[in-house]
Amino acid sequence: MSTTQRVTNTIVGVVLVLVFLAPVYWMINVSLQSSEALLRTPPVWFPFEPTWSGYAEALRTQGSHLLTSLVIALGTVLFTLLVSAPAAYALARFRLRGTLALVLVVLLVQMVPGIVMANSLYPVFSQLGLLDSYAGMILADSTLTVPFAVLILRTFMSGVPGELIEAARVDGCGQWRTFGSVVLPVCRNALITAGLFSFLFAWADFLFAVSFTTGNTIQPITVGIYRFVGNQTTNWNGVMATAVLASIPAAFLLLTAQRYVAAGITGGGVKE
Amino acid sequence: MTTKTEPVNGTAPVRRVRSGTGGGRERLVQWTFVLPMVVFLLLFFCYPVLRNLTMSFQEWTVASFYEGGSPFVGLDNYVGLLTDPIFGTAVLNTVLFTVGSLAPQFAIGLGLAVFFQRRFPLSGVLRGLLLLPWLLPLVVSGAVFRWIYDEGFGVLNQLLLGLHLISDPVPWLSSTRYALLSAIIANVWVGVPFNLVILHSGLQAVPGSLYEAAALDGAGPWQRFRHITLPLLRPVIAIVLMLGLIYTLKVFDMIMILTGGGPANASETLTTWSFALSFEEFDFGQGAAVGNILIVIALVFALFYLRSIRDTFQSRGGRG
Repeated sequence: MSTTQRVTNTIVGVVLVLVFLAPVYWMINVSLQSSEALLRTPPVWFPFEPTWSGYAEALRTQGSHLLTSLVIALGTVLFTLLVSAPAAYALARFRLRGTLALVLVVLLVQMVPGIVMANSLYPVFSQLGLLDSYAGMILADSTLTVPFAVLILRTFMSGVPGELIEAARVDGCGQWRTFGSVVLPVCRNALITAGLFSFLFAWADFLFAVSFTTGNTIQPITVGIYRFVGNQTTNWNGVMATAVLASIPAAFLLLTAQRYVAAGITGGGVKE
Repeated sequence: MTTKTEPVNGTAPVRRVRSGTGGGRERLVQWTFVLPMVVFLLLFFCYPVLRNLTMSFQEWTVASFYEGGSPFVGLDNYVGLLTDPIFGTAVLNTVLFTVGSLAPQFAIGLGLAVFFQRRFPLSGVLRGLLLLPWLLPLVVSGAVFRWIYDEGFGVLNQLLLGLHLISDPVPWLSSTRYALLSAIIANVWVGVPFNLVILHSGLQAVPGSLYEAAALDGAGPWQRFRHITLPLLRPVIAIVLMLGLIYTLKVFDMIMILTGGGPANASETLTTWSFALSFEEFDFGQGAAVGNILIVIALVFALFYLRSIRDTFQSRGGRG
């Protein structure tokens, strides 16, 4: 390819990205405008006179919801890794009867619509007092993350060199010891990938959040935005500032863990 | 995997030794690795799916929660659904939403994947940035589009008016005519990156020598795409479309925040309808029945999906 062609391709690529990401730009632009500026025609295309009042309002009204989501998402990551990592190792390494069937089950359960889970878990959660609770949200969100994490961790773990594991076994380590002190450290990147995606899924969950919380005790940020949009009349800058704040985990993942993202999308299969 | 070092005695089944499951105690230890996940799957997948099935044959109302009564009503919930005028609308909207989302997001995703197959400065970074819509919480994208679509001050109408493409502001979200289309457009935007990533990784696997050979034979870009790229990409295309379909069937967040299924059910799909029945009208029995219809549809496509990845599974010895 000649230099001209390469430069042309880059220019075309930049234009494509700019057009495609225009909604994201608009979110940031609107978040920095004053409420009055948003009612102008033609619209204010660039935040030449940025105001932070939208962010101030976002933090004032939605700050606690951001914290709620943070707790739920971190709890989901912890629970998910505790359940999925050993299972993924077993499915990748042990030749147990029925493991292949189990993998198929894990693939299949990802296809159960969330609305079915919300519908049938609601009465149970209601009975067990899990509505409006962190524990309930963590368990519900784990239905999105556990199958996903099992599948990507299993792919990574089947790539761990067998010699490494055998060496540990010869040295007299039990299965769990081998798993804890040899396999897990080697699979650090895979655990990070699964953890980051679990965080993102739990952070972004709306269906369970809106079904299992009433807003009186805890309210995840997705429900916060939903109600904010429903209630607002003029303060779209506040809504968009909240949207920007709620996008931070996604932006973080994109900037710092770029190489894990493609692995996550192709490895896990389905986004819910 | 553990390799048995002790000699194989004549009576031991060869299969067990090769598969390395070890002795009975060892196998018990191995099962403890899977146990938490199995318990989780039983409690949080098997039980809810079965519970949803039984709920669909019961009358579940607010009273059921407080007084505990949920009488068995046979097929009443299903009959109720079929005779409800919303049913037809929801089914049609689900089909329109699914097909209307899949086709453009696949076409755009494929176009971008082919473009980014070329090597040029910044291609990796730019391709990475395109993932952002997929990573954003759907509620966030929904909120952004809600303001973009705003009839009076939304940038879309202002842009179209400025370019003289329309003469009056279009009520994107508040008219029965455009509500579903608006939700589809936003959903396409979210779905493109997923198609792009998977198709792009599929393209990486197509040997470059094939293109060189075809070019030598005088094949133009379109011919190369048509006769090399598409046929070799077919398994990946099948997976992308299947997963996209299963995922799009149950889209909830986007429609909910944009239109709430309205106006006048114009953007109601099976998923939003199920939610409305259960959580707004508190008829959990009917909500469950709609949910079961969704499960059946998803399962049918899931079986197609499993069949399309079966070869990958077998060739990698079940380690897909």
